Amino acid sequence: MEKRVTFKGIWLPLLLVLPQILITAVFFFYPAGQAIWQSLFIPDPFGLSMQWVGLGNFEYLLSDRYYRASFVTTAIFSILVTLVSMGVALYLAVLADRLIKGSGAYRTLLIWPYAVAPAVAGVLWLFMFNTRVGVVSWYLGQLGYDWNHVLNEGEAMGLVVVASAWGRISYNFLFFLAGLQAIPRSVIEAAAIDGARFWTRFRTIVWPLLSPTTFFLLVVNIIYAFFETFGVIHTITSGGPQQATTILVYKVYSDGFVGQDLGSSAAQSVILLVVVSILTIIQFKYIERRVHY
Amino acid sequence: MATLTLENVKKSFGKTDVIHGVSVDVQDGEFIVIVGPSGCGKSTLLRMVAGLEAVSSGDIQIGGRRVNDVEPMDRDIAMVFQNYALYPHMSVFDNMAYGLKIAKVPKPEIEERVRQAAKLLQLEPYLTRKPRELSGGQRQRVAMGRAIVRKPAVFLFDEPLSNLDAKLRVQMRLEIKALQRALGVTALYVTHDQVEAMTMADRMIVMNGGVADQIGAPLDVYANPATEFVAGFIGSPPTNFIDGAAVGQSGGHRVGVRPEHMQLVGAGAGRLDGRAAYCEALGAETLVHVKSATGTQITVRQDAGHPIPEEGSEVGMDWDRENEMPFNAEGKRL
Repeated sequence: MEKRVTFKGIWLPLLLVLPQILITAVFFFYPAGQAIWQSLFIPDPFGLSMQWVGLGNFEYLLSDRYYRASFVTTAIFSILVTLVSMGVALYLAVLADRLIKGSGAYRTLLIWPYAVAPAVAGVLWLFMFNTRVGVVSWYLGQLGYDWNHVLNEGEAMGLVVVASAWGRISYNFLFFLAGLQAIPRSVIEAAAIDGARFWTRFRTIVWPLLSPTTFFLLVVNIIYAFFETFGVIHTITSGGPQQATTILVYKVYSDGFVGQDLGSSAAQSVILLVVVSILTIIQFKYIERRVHY
Repeated sequence: MATLTLENVKKSFGKTDVIHGVSVDVQDGEFIVIVGPSGCGKSTLLRMVAGLEAVSSGDIQIGGRRVNDVEPMDRDIAMVFQNYALYPHMSVFDNMAYGLKIAKVPKPEIEERVRQAAKLLQLEPYLTRKPRELSGGQRQRVAMGRAIVRKPAVFLFDEPLSNLDAKLRVQMRLEIKALQRALGVTALYVTHDQVEAMTMADRMIVMNGGVADQIGAPLDVYANPATEFVAGFIGSPPTNFIDGAAVGQSGGHRVGVRPEHMQLVGAGAGRLDGRAAYCEALGAETLVHVKSATGTQITVRQDAGHPIPEEGSEVGMDWDRENEMPFNAEGKRL
């Protein structure tokens, strides 16, 4: 039975949740409200006057070829980042889980990248792949491959995906490892006695039992790819070449703060808000049902 | 169905020796119980037979075939775990069918074998349920069913009843034994409960600190314990140990006497005197706990008809010499 704590009055519980409510209000409700309000106007570049346009900003955006392209870019980017970071993390976690000696050391080493801020990670990868002085691009050149993510859209996308996924692998690894270790050893042993070899066990026992973790990481990683990869993209490609890596969040920034089109930028953040809400609802409503507990 | 042979099986984890060489020949269809206190290596021994632990030295043979380096799945065994180890995301049916599906048994046959096992274990109404929707006893049965459907040569049980309440444990104990008889399969059963060992075993292996102190039929072990440890571990209430010199046993360092072999007599009339500390009247019998003059705690079991001594009163204890079990300084039976 769940034990519920009940309060006599309303004031103490209110006081206890007040800090969280204040933070949410200041950093979410207020700016979100501002964004919705501003999305209905076009301000002049100096911010001196605003002109009411109703849903004009949205109409314009949805008919904008570049904006629609940014949707596709975001989808590709998010899927790739999620798949790469979760796939590699799961692989490493399975290996670490099988390890008996020295697993602590591997775990610590694998967690380190998580401590690196996205922007710093971006710069790191940028240096390695720099077309003139980058170590990796030099080796690629030796192999006869001319690496140039500044001009090549596919290479640019690949680089930001890898840089974004890299820092994320640690986080996913931790959760996958914890998930794997939560599966009772005897269940795995029972499956081994039942005749299941490693891959069969993984497919029929481990993967289903891991699905709550996988589902959680899926949600968290997609949201990460949507929002928190800004630093990586800003430092590595600034959304280029030719907007090939301009994901929705980056476009909000570049249209608003670089292009000074604040009305459109506000409208974009409202759309982003709606997209993420829908995504979360879909995920929880439909995917969670197929999760085994 | 098969024989099982352990030949001087040893196990060490790093430099720590856990099992110091166990040898036993298990006949086809025999029910062997490995019993001992926690940490005596009984589960490790079982896990080595299962192939879940590597054998450090010695040989394990199942049906005459050396299986030291054979994978668990190829040993023709089935195991029931203490926590049942059911697959939580599968229905009861799928839990039982899992091994057969992997072995690529044709579907109708899987259906048939699972139904049969379910019927035998009275699990038919629950085949579509998930393990979490079952009671402890039912989960236990599913674990048994999973073992049965594969028709293994050897059944391995790792303390399968220790998670059940006392009443259910007694019931399942009988069921497991009956099932094993009916199927005629060789079984190796690990428990720390000496009552389970006594009631279920054809022969039992009493383990102590990684050594098999005694291997034998329950009543033989009870009547003729080979070591002081076995005498103290098998039987409830446990054997009383008395300093040999105190009772005129010249050869024995210590002497063991079972509580039921002792009688209370008047103070000074028996071979040992003491003070009745407290009495447990259990209805059919009474356990009288006596503190002897030398400070040894002694339990006397008497039938309900006998008068119960006043707590704190002086009593004497007597027993027949032929019921004495003398042990040397190393704890070995003389």
